[in-house]
Amino acid sequence: MGRKGIEILVGLFVLVGILAILFLALKSANLASLSNGSTYEVTARFDNIGGLKMRAPVRSAGVAVGRVKRITFDNKTFQGIVTLELQSQFEFPVDTSAKIVTAGLLGDQYISLEPGGDDKNLAAGGVIKSTQSALVLENLIGQFLYSKAAEGGGDAKGGDTKGGGDVKPAPEKATKK
Amino acid sequence: MKPVEFVAGIGSRTIELLRSLGRHAAFFADLMRHVPAALQRFYLVTAQVHAIGNLSFLIIGASGLVVGLVLALQGYYTLSRYGAAEQLGLVVALSLLRELGPVVTALLFAGRAGTSLTAEIGLMKAGEQLAAMELMAVDPRSRVLAPRFLGGVIAMPLLAAIFSAAGVIGGWIVGVLLIGIDPGAFWSEMQGGVDVFQDLGNGIIKSFVFGVAVTFVALYQGYESTATPEGVSQATTRTVVVASLWVLALDFVLTALMFSTP
Repeated sequence: MGRKGIEILVGLFVLVGILAILFLALKSANLASLSNGSTYEVTARFDNIGGLKMRAPVRSAGVAVGRVKRITFDNKTFQGIVTLELQSQFEFPVDTSAKIVTAGLLGDQYISLEPGGDDKNLAAGGVIKSTQSALVLENLIGQFLYSKAAEGGGDAKGGDTKGGGDVKPAPEKATKK
Repeated sequence: MKPVEFVAGIGSRTIELLRSLGRHAAFFADLMRHVPAALQRFYLVTAQVHAIGNLSFLIIGASGLVVGLVLALQGYYTLSRYGAAEQLGLVVALSLLRELGPVVTALLFAGRAGTSLTAEIGLMKAGEQLAAMELMAVDPRSRVLAPRFLGGVIAMPLLAAIFSAAGVIGGWIVGVLLIGIDPGAFWSEMQGGVDVFQDLGNGIIKSFVFGVAVTFVALYQGYESTATPEGVSQATTRTVVVASLWVLALDFVLTALMFSTP
């Protein structure tokens, strides 16, 4: 085989290799969703960002409209500052609220935008004022236990079973309800 | 055994180890120095990409496809227990891009291309072709070694990408065509979970590093082989063993560096 023939074969091989990389980037990775069009940035402050990660999706009405670009910590207000990168074709009113929610029971966390009713739209560098932090499961359980304990304490005073051991309150409650 | 001999044994092993380390380093530096000369005669590199890459295409593509098929079948068994069969595409793509693509390709590459490089150079040495080139004032390192090194380094990442792509297609064949997972969910779960830079990019970096390691080991073993038939056969065996161990060790280090922090 001449030099030309080998060069053609090698060229084909390199092309197939590059096609494979492109296939992987476009079809099985998120390159296509990364690079469509221009974007603008807005920031939002959260008391607790939970398990939000960089490059997590930003959705409105369930549709992906952008990504989390940066997460930093404000040492003055002790809040997390999340910078969102939204696609330019989507505009939101200035009184839009942002909330950190979880996809499914075990899924990743993402930011959900709920548009307000203002006439003016968020511009680049704008701030989303109304935010709702991530739900932290431990806090929820803690609150639940606390409220149960408060309820139980109220019962205990009325029912005069203080110091009645661990087992007693539960069946007692069951009989009451 | 006398204590003195014992100590002397330790000493001679240590010296031998250091010598071998030094020979490796010197050989690598030599190789790097002759890479620019090989780039000027690029047709030599092209011929090597053909010998190393094109001729490995079939084994790599077939292995990738079968690994993808099997990965999808086995993954489906576990995932369906959790009712998460739609995640099958994600499991197949992530395991291929991050680990199996680069590592299995490098192991196959050591067996398919590394051995042929070692045997070729070992036989050139045994037939005194390398010595003859030196006599004609042609440096065998820039004429023989450096083009082969570049050929291997160019071919390996492309082969790994072909392996992974074939594997993803294999996963699609089993997941969507045979098992009947919804194709939309299959691809969108995959795209949602696979990151271009974190997963695909790091996989390509891995395969590049493995390409350098395997090709270097193959060339070194060939160049340092004893110039006899047994010497060449031993060098070929050592290429597979040493290159595979290097690939596995490097894989652990690279994985720890790339993926340990989320």
